[in-house]
Amino acid sequence: MAQRRGGPPGGGRRMDISSIEYAAQIADEKARDTRTTARRLLAYLTPFRSQMGLILVMILLSAASQALGPALIGYATDQFIKPNGDAAGLLRTMAALAGVYAVGFFAARAQIAMMGEVGQRLLSSIRVDIFSKVQRLSLGFFDKNSAGDLMSRLINDTEVIQTFVGQALVQVLGSIFALFGIILAMLIQSPLLALVSFSVIPVMLIMTRVFSVWARNAYRRTRETIGDVSANLQEEIAGIKVAQAFNRTQAGQQEFAKRNDANRQATMSATAITSAFQPLVDVLGTLAVAIVAGFGGYLAVNGTVSVGVLVAFIAYVQNLFRPLQLISTAYTQAQASLAASERIFELIDSPVDLQDKAGATPLPAVKGEVAFDHVSFAYDAGKPVLDEVTFVAQPGQTVAIVGPTGAGKTTIISLLARFYDGSEGAVRVDGFDLRDVTQASLRAQMGIVPQDSFLFAGSVADNIRYGRLNATDAEIEAAARAANAHEFIANLKEGYATRLGERGGGLSQGQRQLIGIARAILANPRILILDEATSSVDTRTEALIQGALSTLLKGRTSFVIAHRLSTIREANLILVLQAGRVVERGTHAALLAQDGLYADLYRRQFRVSPGAPETSTPSLN
Amino acid sequence: MKHLRRSMIFLNSNWLLMLLAVVSLLAVLVANLLSPQYLQSAIDQGITPRNLEAILSAVRVLLLLAVMRGVFSFVQTYVLEKVSQNVAFDMRNRIFNKISELSFTYHDQHQTGQLMTRVTSDVEVIRGFVGQGLLNLIAAVVTVIGVIIVLIRTNWMLALVELASIPIIFALIGVFLSKVRPLFAVAQDKLGALNTILQENLAGIRVVRAFAREPFESARYLGMNNQLMDVNITVNKRASIAFPLTFLTVNVATLMVVFVGGLMVINGTMTIGTLVAFLSYLVVLIGPIFGIGFLATSIGRAAVSAERVFEVLDARNDVEDKPNARALGKIEGRVELRDVTFKFAGAERPALDGVNLLVQPGQTVAIMGRTGSGKSSIINLIPRFYDPQKGQVLVDGTDVRDVTLDSLRSGIGLVLQDTILFSGAIRDNIAYGRPDATDEEVIAAAKAAQAHHFITAFPDGYNTIVGERGVGVSGGQKQRIAIARALLLDPKILILDDSTSAVDAETEYHLQQALDRLMRDRTSIVIAQRISTVRNADMIVLIDNGKIVATGTHDDLLRDNALYGEIVDSQLRNDGAPVGAPTEVK
Repeated sequence: MAQRRGGPPGGGRRMDISSIEYAAQIADEKARDTRTTARRLLAYLTPFRSQMGLILVMILLSAASQALGPALIGYATDQFIKPNGDAAGLLRTMAALAGVYAVGFFAARAQIAMMGEVGQRLLSSIRVDIFSKVQRLSLGFFDKNSAGDLMSRLINDTEVIQTFVGQALVQVLGSIFALFGIILAMLIQSPLLALVSFSVIPVMLIMTRVFSVWARNAYRRTRETIGDVSANLQEEIAGIKVAQAFNRTQAGQQEFAKRNDANRQATMSATAITSAFQPLVDVLGTLAVAIVAGFGGYLAVNGTVSVGVLVAFIAYVQNLFRPLQLISTAYTQAQASLAASERIFELIDSPVDLQDKAGATPLPAVKGEVAFDHVSFAYDAGKPVLDEVTFVAQPGQTVAIVGPTGAGKTTIISLLARFYDGSEGAVRVDGFDLRDVTQASLRAQMGIVPQDSFLFAGSVADNIRYGRLNATDAEIEAAARAANAHEFIANLKEGYATRLGERGGGLSQGQRQLIGIARAILANPRILILDEATSSVDTRTEALIQGALSTLLKGRTSFVIAHRLSTIREANLILVLQAGRVVERGTHAALLAQDGLYADLYRRQFRVSPGAPETSTPSLN
Repeated sequence: MKHLRRSMIFLNSNWLLMLLAVVSLLAVLVANLLSPQYLQSAIDQGITPRNLEAILSAVRVLLLLAVMRGVFSFVQTYVLEKVSQNVAFDMRNRIFNKISELSFTYHDQHQTGQLMTRVTSDVEVIRGFVGQGLLNLIAAVVTVIGVIIVLIRTNWMLALVELASIPIIFALIGVFLSKVRPLFAVAQDKLGALNTILQENLAGIRVVRAFAREPFESARYLGMNNQLMDVNITVNKRASIAFPLTFLTVNVATLMVVFVGGLMVINGTMTIGTLVAFLSYLVVLIGPIFGIGFLATSIGRAAVSAERVFEVLDARNDVEDKPNARALGKIEGRVELRDVTFKFAGAERPALDGVNLLVQPGQTVAIMGRTGSGKSSIINLIPRFYDPQKGQVLVDGTDVRDVTLDSLRSGIGLVLQDTILFSGAIRDNIAYGRPDATDEEVIAAAKAAQAHHFITAFPDGYNTIVGERGVGVSGGQKQRIAIARALLLDPKILILDDSTSAVDAETEYHLQQALDRLMRDRTSIVIAQRISTVRNADMIVLIDNGKIVATGTHDDLLRDNALYGEIVDSQLRNDGAPVGAPTEVK
């Protein structure tokens, strides 16, 4: 049995997968193309063809043993167990029964072990397929799908498949066989009594269906209300200081109690439905026994059936219900897992719009000349973001890109890193068209420092080492020193070995940025791309970052989305972007003299009135 | 264990419901014990002698018993859930109330996530145990004992044969859980690690691409994926024996009962009906036995959860109203720190060390200093978010510890560094400190805070929903809403932490105006980041290493104090600080 996670709000309570509670909490959805999806999911099982065959045999054996047990007991009751009966015959039958049970045990064990392994391997290969796809998808895909959504979808979907393949599938197959076995045994021993006994089956199925629908609706409400409770809780705890400052704790407590109560009520309505179900099934089961005993008794009195058959039938009808319940739950589960598979396959099938050309060659070591040659680009057709952008950056130059939000600054650096391909024109490095070289060789010579440096869960050293995997500890420390990061790292609890939480939890944004810079320094790229952060850090860290940046920019061709006046002033070339076009270009002094858009932006931004000295009205922050 | 026993107090108000549950439980038990008897009589008096009348009458009773069992087991399940929901409801409320009253010291040391877990999953575990598990445990024990008595009285020899399976099942469950449970935890960890890698590759895709680290990431992922698969396969292998084995035990018990019982029937010491009844009792026994086995193992978890819950409920609140605290009347606005020494919990050196400060009503005081110098400690002590270890904080000459927190804080307006908005309408966020404010007052406050303009630009205006599920507002907009929130209180004392602000130039200008408006006619204590605030301040307090090193006006300090020069200079040297993007001008 594989573990089941992230399940219903039952929270750690074990839940019988044939129970109505469980059934009610499976997402009610269907794959659009059930057949294709099912076939494709099955295709993952082809490597395990022989195991699957064996598993089927085992399931069959264990189902057969379940059906044979009561039959043998019934036979013994009829033939030997009566006053002055045949003890030796009883012993023989019991020996046979022991054999049947033993076969059942070994078959069940082998079946669970093998199916579990197949399920795990299947899931593992689905996970690998997902991951390698994620790595090949272009960034355009990630612009449209948020990482958080994607993540929870993938986790959820693989889990649904895991539960179905790992648990439900075996049980369903077992149930089907057991059902067949029982029905067959009943039909053979007394067709008439069997048919009459079956009359409860449709009632059972209809009842299950109706209750599932009710329970599903009730549980939806339960989920919503518990979601409300946690959302409220999260927010209140995060904002507790404000609440205390504004004397709002009591109001917050009342609000919480209200939501808490809504959840209690919703749960009770759901409970009313689910706790009625099992007793009803129970009554129905007794009804079935009553029918067998009553009608069977009548037949027995007539002499049509034997007492042994009757006793066996009582056992059979009692065993009939569980597989029925399981199968009807599993049907919903199968639907949900097909829908989940379909979404996963969609991801795996989504086209990769940016990959290495067939004959792509590695980019040789470059000097760092970067040229945009009439480059146009649109994320959505018809809405160009860049329009015929042309410029050349000489090796070692610093290019500052400025312009209003949405002017296309980020797009320029994304095209340079070949996260996207331009729709027209060409981007060249040392004369090589980026589309003709391999992505890996291009990016190996390029460093990128984004606004908010993404850090991985791992040690500080690991995060810096990300820039060059074979770097020694000494090299890492040297890079950190150059990035002005050594001081704060050395003050961390375990220095460079300090483990960071997810996304660099525990560090301030400024510190994360310093590590991002150290990473880029370690990578020692020829071409550097830098997106200066807009959000501020305290002044000391700010000074450290500026110092680190000037170390980093030195001697490389650098492209900076610039927010700092110092960076802009020192740039060799400023590109002023507006609506996807380069409207002005030149040095700071030249552009100011030009008194165009740049001069205007500059004055408004830094509030320098025309003619006044630049430092006259600085802002402290 | 002690804590688990304490959790029982949450059952106190539910005794009537519990009584009902116990009554239903007994009724179900009676039905469960009687059913096989009537099945037996149906066979012995009806089927064997082929007496249809006897069969039908036994069957009628059986059906009646089934209906009775159905009704009572419904009542039992429903009532138990009700009890357990009541327990969870009370517990959640009590924990939440406690959390919301605990002082800043406590919240500094506990993360939101940790506290959330107490209110959600820990309560859930205890609920499962106290609310349901306990009564179910009793039910199971009573059922098992009842069945055992009936069996022994019917035929003690056969009873012994049947009951022999019980200890074996318990032993199997125990062995299984001790072997497999640790592995479950390992598998859980591996899955967590695998998902972290996936998560990082989704959220950090740009970094991965930028450094061309796809092969590295693939290796990481594949490695962890294989580890996870191996653990899962091992778990599965070990688990694969447990369930077949318990079924085998039940089957062997059945076999023994049929064989020994069969011999007795052959000897004429027992009827067939009794044999069939024994087989039915076996079915009645198995469910509760499994239940007891699994419940027993969940006691440990419940105890741990109970301990964590009571850890919160028992936490000492170090900032509370004194028993005889009085309301602080109308505030004039005189604020004084008298020889205040303050240390954060767990810190090595004091954040404030013998600080004396007197602010007259209506004055604006700017507090300046390096990061970590103690600036924010000063402003946190005035609304009594913390208590100093030594010295006194006085408002209008009264020690803040002698007045009620409500009366003190309602006289103080706060604009904190991280502006937090709550899910809900902008209007409600502005009226947060005064929920009874009229729309006119809210709008007036928003106008004064330079927020009216952008608020009305939203399609829903003041009814625009912000917060987690609402529209995004920028940092500068948030800050202006927070200013409006403080303005609406019309406080005599204003405390403003302005140390970081991520805004562009235009917003900066608006903020400036809003702040000027806010500080007018009040005692204002500001952690200042703006040169204009500093220039307009009546007094600048320069603080370093927890001590006030200088006070005076901007010009005085610039002339006389090197540290002040350094602080100002560090921000002016490069033309400063990230002023905001030239690019964000709209």
